[in-house]
Amino acid sequence: MTNTDNPYGGLAEDDAHAGDQWAFGTGFTAALAGVDTALPVGIDQDDLALYCQMLGDDALVAAQRLIQWSTAAPELEEEMALANIALDLLGQARLLLARAGQVDGSGRDEDAFAYLRDAREFRNVCLAETPNGDFAHAVVRLLVLSAWRLALFTRLADTADPVLAAVAAKGSKELAYHREYAVRWTLRLGDGTPESRDRMTAALDQVWPLTGELFATHPVEARLADQGAAVDPAGVRAEVGEVVARVLVAATLEVPPAVPVPEPTGRAGLHGPELAAMLHEMQSVARAHPEATW
Amino acid sequence: MAMEPAAVRDRPTGQELTADFDARIAAHQRIEPRDWMPEGYRSTLVRQIAQHAHSEIIGMQPEGDWLTRAPSLRRKAILLAKVQDEAGHGLYLYAAAETLGVDRADLTQRLIEGRQKYSSIFNYPTLTFADVGVIGWLVDGAAICNQVPLCRSSFGPYARAMVRVCKEESFHQRQGYELLLQMMAGTPAQRTMVQDAVDRWWWPSLMMFGPPDADSPNTRQSMAWGIKRDTNDELRQKFVDMSVPQAVALGVTLPDPDLAWNAERGHHDFGAVDWAEFKRVVSGGGQCNAERVSRRRAAHEEGAWVREAAAAYAAKHQGTGQGDDR
Amino acid sequence: MSDSAPADEWPLFEVFVRGKRGLNHVHVGSLHAPDEEMALHSARNLYTRRNEGVSIWVVRASAITASSPDEKDPFFAPSGDKVYRHPTFYPIPDDVPHI
Repeated sequence: MTNTDNPYGGLAEDDAHAGDQWAFGTGFTAALAGVDTALPVGIDQDDLALYCQMLGDDALVAAQRLIQWSTAAPELEEEMALANIALDLLGQARLLLARAGQVDGSGRDEDAFAYLRDAREFRNVCLAETPNGDFAHAVVRLLVLSAWRLALFTRLADTADPVLAAVAAKGSKELAYHREYAVRWTLRLGDGTPESRDRMTAALDQVWPLTGELFATHPVEARLADQGAAVDPAGVRAEVGEVVARVLVAATLEVPPAVPVPEPTGRAGLHGPELAAMLHEMQSVARAHPEATW
Repeated sequence: MAMEPAAVRDRPTGQELTADFDARIAAHQRIEPRDWMPEGYRSTLVRQIAQHAHSEIIGMQPEGDWLTRAPSLRRKAILLAKVQDEAGHGLYLYAAAETLGVDRADLTQRLIEGRQKYSSIFNYPTLTFADVGVIGWLVDGAAICNQVPLCRSSFGPYARAMVRVCKEESFHQRQGYELLLQMMAGTPAQRTMVQDAVDRWWWPSLMMFGPPDADSPNTRQSMAWGIKRDTNDELRQKFVDMSVPQAVALGVTLPDPDLAWNAERGHHDFGAVDWAEFKRVVSGGGQCNAERVSRRRAAHEEGAWVREAAAAYAAKHQGTGQGDDR
Repeated sequence: MSDSAPADEWPLFEVFVRGKRGLNHVHVGSLHAPDEEMALHSARNLYTRRNEGVSIWVVRASAITASSPDEKDPFFAPSGDKVYRHPTFYPIPDDVPHI
């Protein structure tokens, strides 16, 4: 195919590097090229591995919920955007789960974590796993989760584990984009039509009670945070609350009162039945063919 | 020198316009949206581009059905990026169609009301994960055979959209084939899945090129206009010739006992396509016709309140928050 | 958006991309968006797949004025200066033999 008579010639010159921007296996490895993968000295390996699973599971479960929006988005342009966000989160999950397998010494790969654990072993916060609702629900959940995760990742950029730090540095840029997307839609739906406003209010009613858990400190997080190897989520509560409140106010929505912080539930592997159902579907092919490679 | 007012200038006659258009086509120049064009050219293009766009959008569904179940995270990411590309291809093509004076919203309406068609291949179900690989290899492969010549379509916006589409489509075909190679190197159950998927998708793939030339009355006019570059049968033959060695390398059997190399012709002979089935599926008798369209309709209709809200917000906030990314 | 457009229809934006430094912005296609800000972000998702470092322009198709060098455009005569969009829907034959 010749590019001589079309205006894409200039764009096409970048094709040699196009592979880096696609969701291919190599892109993920390249994301950590040059990063020291040695285990950080003095950090409890089991704790660190669990922490990687927590952050990895948040991303994997949130990505799976976004993937369920495929072919159902309100406009084709939003198909593109939601898929981008899901791809970013999937990428973060892969790196973090792979790191968990390096750190705990089991040598398990990302797929062993994703496909061979039951719901009881998943460490994601419950907000990530609740079933999809309407687009307002997707927007509100994304707003809260991305604001929260961005606050965590920003602080993780100089964490003790160099791999985690690299994942966080790369992920922060992605999460800032996700948050921006959610903000744009929060404004438009909150300050759009009476119907969209009602739907946003209903979505807030659904999502808000689950936000308390985001700031609950699991013992693993507490121990690692003391060693400079994790972020205590309690410490980002004020910032996340302020960011979300500012967006809701701008969207002419009412800011619900802060909810009490419960004991960790999802972080402790305690989930609603919806996660088990979601994993049952997600893992079905992989588990039906345990000897297979894909 | 004073300009003559436009109103008194002579308008070109229909004959002159047609002669001008024909000369441009003969000189292999591109027709651009502002150019005069025969109505038949315009309506044929609108129909062809719209169907192509619809096919990309409906084509997200059969593979998208496996997104939640992809058996590795790498495959999940690859498949998600591919399904996303298909949405992108649909958008490129709707944009090309809109240069001809139609609105995407109208085209979408025609699709969800069943008044405009899409490629019949997407009315077949995807039964196992191997179907994802075979769709990449055969369906995308057939699409590439159809589409590469369209990069030279006489209509500029369509040709330019196809350049982008083809670049990404060839990626998809390689991905699909690579998945199949991996599966063929795996367990016996995986190999069985691949062969089963090939058995089910081979003939529908051959149908993607459309009816035989003898039954394709529009082909000649479309070729004369430079909208089509090769006949259905020529492209089908090319696809068969391409696919046979790929099937051998993969270790699968193509489900056609009449498939054989014909040294005299320098091409493979192959069996008769079941055109009765083709007609049945095109006219709505496929396994998934109703489901595909109703899902697209549901997404569009359930999205209406979102689109309305964004439009209402834009009306309220006109003139504020404009981006400047120079 | 024109007054007659349904409430859920977004206007058409034309997209121009500077592929890399040293090149002009080039028209790459169009998309629908409720407003400029959304158009810019959708353009990035669609036409550059979030490739950093490029520059994108979006402009409402209705805001573009085009030359008419040949004066040979009777079909578009009523709206001849709007190059990209012609809101009158052209009837499409429903009977479709193949794709």
